[in-house]
Amino acid sequence: MPSFMGYKRPDGRFGARNLVGIIPSVTCANDVAQAINRQVQGTVAYLHHQGCCQLPPDLERVTDTLISLGRGPNVAAVLIVSLGCEGTDHARMYEELRATGKPVEIIHIQELGGVTKAIRVGTDIARRLAIQVSGLQREKADISNLVMSIKCGASDTTSGVASNCVIGAVSDRLVDLGATVVFGETTEFIGGEHLLARRAVTPEVGQRIYDIVDAMETRAKSIGCDMRRGQPTPGNIAGGLSSIEEKSLGAIAKSGSRPIQGVLDYPAFVMDQKGLWIKDTPGREPEILTGMAATGAQLMCFSTGLGAPQGFPSMPVIKICGNPYTFVRMEEDMDVNAGLVITGEKSIDEVADEVFAKILRVASGEMTKNEAIGYFSAIDIHCLGPVI
Amino acid sequence: MGDERLALQANEKDNVATVFEEGVTAGMQVTVVDAAGNRTVHAVADDIPFGHKFALCDIAQGELIIKYGEEIGVASRDIAQGAYVHVHNLDSMRGRGDLEKGA
Repeated sequence: MPSFMGYKRPDGRFGARNLVGIIPSVTCANDVAQAINRQVQGTVAYLHHQGCCQLPPDLERVTDTLISLGRGPNVAAVLIVSLGCEGTDHARMYEELRATGKPVEIIHIQELGGVTKAIRVGTDIARRLAIQVSGLQREKADISNLVMSIKCGASDTTSGVASNCVIGAVSDRLVDLGATVVFGETTEFIGGEHLLARRAVTPEVGQRIYDIVDAMETRAKSIGCDMRRGQPTPGNIAGGLSSIEEKSLGAIAKSGSRPIQGVLDYPAFVMDQKGLWIKDTPGREPEILTGMAATGAQLMCFSTGLGAPQGFPSMPVIKICGNPYTFVRMEEDMDVNAGLVITGEKSIDEVADEVFAKILRVASGEMTKNEAIGYFSAIDIHCLGPVI
Repeated sequence: MGDERLALQANEKDNVATVFEEGVTAGMQVTVVDAAGNRTVHAVADDIPFGHKFALCDIAQGELIIKYGEEIGVASRDIAQGAYVHVHNLDSMRGRGDLEKGA
């Protein structure tokens, strides 16, 4: 049975990284979180733009998502940075994260007397947490402890016949080994939802797939224009994708062929759910990467054709490029060349072998290219209502 | 990449093929490989960029355009065999808020 070396957390999950997560409870706390992050090694900051002047369901969604990020197995300890007057429930964040058994601390900028004092106090706390967790050792973990998230971004027509098919083959293998795989991008089910619904384990799950696609499409249509250029993007169109239907049919190839167990809400954290799951997310990188990290995924496999370089602070992202020309142009950002499927030099299964081996190494500590260059600060939380 | 200029017909029902070569220009012969590995030669009527599509048969305005064996849109004008198929002659049928204005 394949295995990886991970950091065992109090909840039994295994982390691929051992980070101190600095969580601003609201966007107004970002600068303090960022200053602490810059000062203390081994920390990451989630610099999002939500958390106040939003409708109550969105405030709850932001609170839940931030809690799920803190619960993530790659996060060893948490420092919450609160302003003090925000709309999110920072007290609940603190309580629920404490209940996981991880070291968790919170500071309030207003209560501490301002930004510089909060940076000073927060830096002291983060330094202590970083030292406290830095001596943890990796232990052998069965592959069934892995939660892999998948996504495609900056797609072209190679994605649907090369890199997404490779990820689909990897997804099937992980599901068969008892692991968890989560895919999303509900917008990119439009035109292919019937194919996904057929793979649902129950009629109810199938109906839920239709419902989330309908809600996403209705939101887009409510603006009264053709969605094209929003989805597919100008880059997708330049890459040969003519419609959202064509993009979707290629995109869903990355989910492989196994049954779909259910649909997760955006903030949901998975504990015991095994097999293949959908998470209801948009396609845009900052929001879907946050949603996938909130799932508790230790890593992501990210398919691209035109070359999307983005990552996430606490979730290593493996870039799998389907376009052989892009791979050569952007090799410093791309981890695996699935373009060899297009040139006929490798089969989908051969590249899947390569990706599978890479996943085990990354889960055990090897850095991805994105991680090594630290290109992951643009993140956000997907909300449904207006900013008010 | 090689002497043959290759395009892929992902499913037998498809009425378009995707070119996976750079430098395919109007009048060139392209070898279309289908999912079963069968090869047929088609002449393209337009320049077709890498990753873009051409029509495998005449497609009349209003007919569905099929790729992966599924509908990817509708022909917004008549498309001749060998012609370039993209946003100029293929309309999406989904996310069309513009068609619902005032409805």
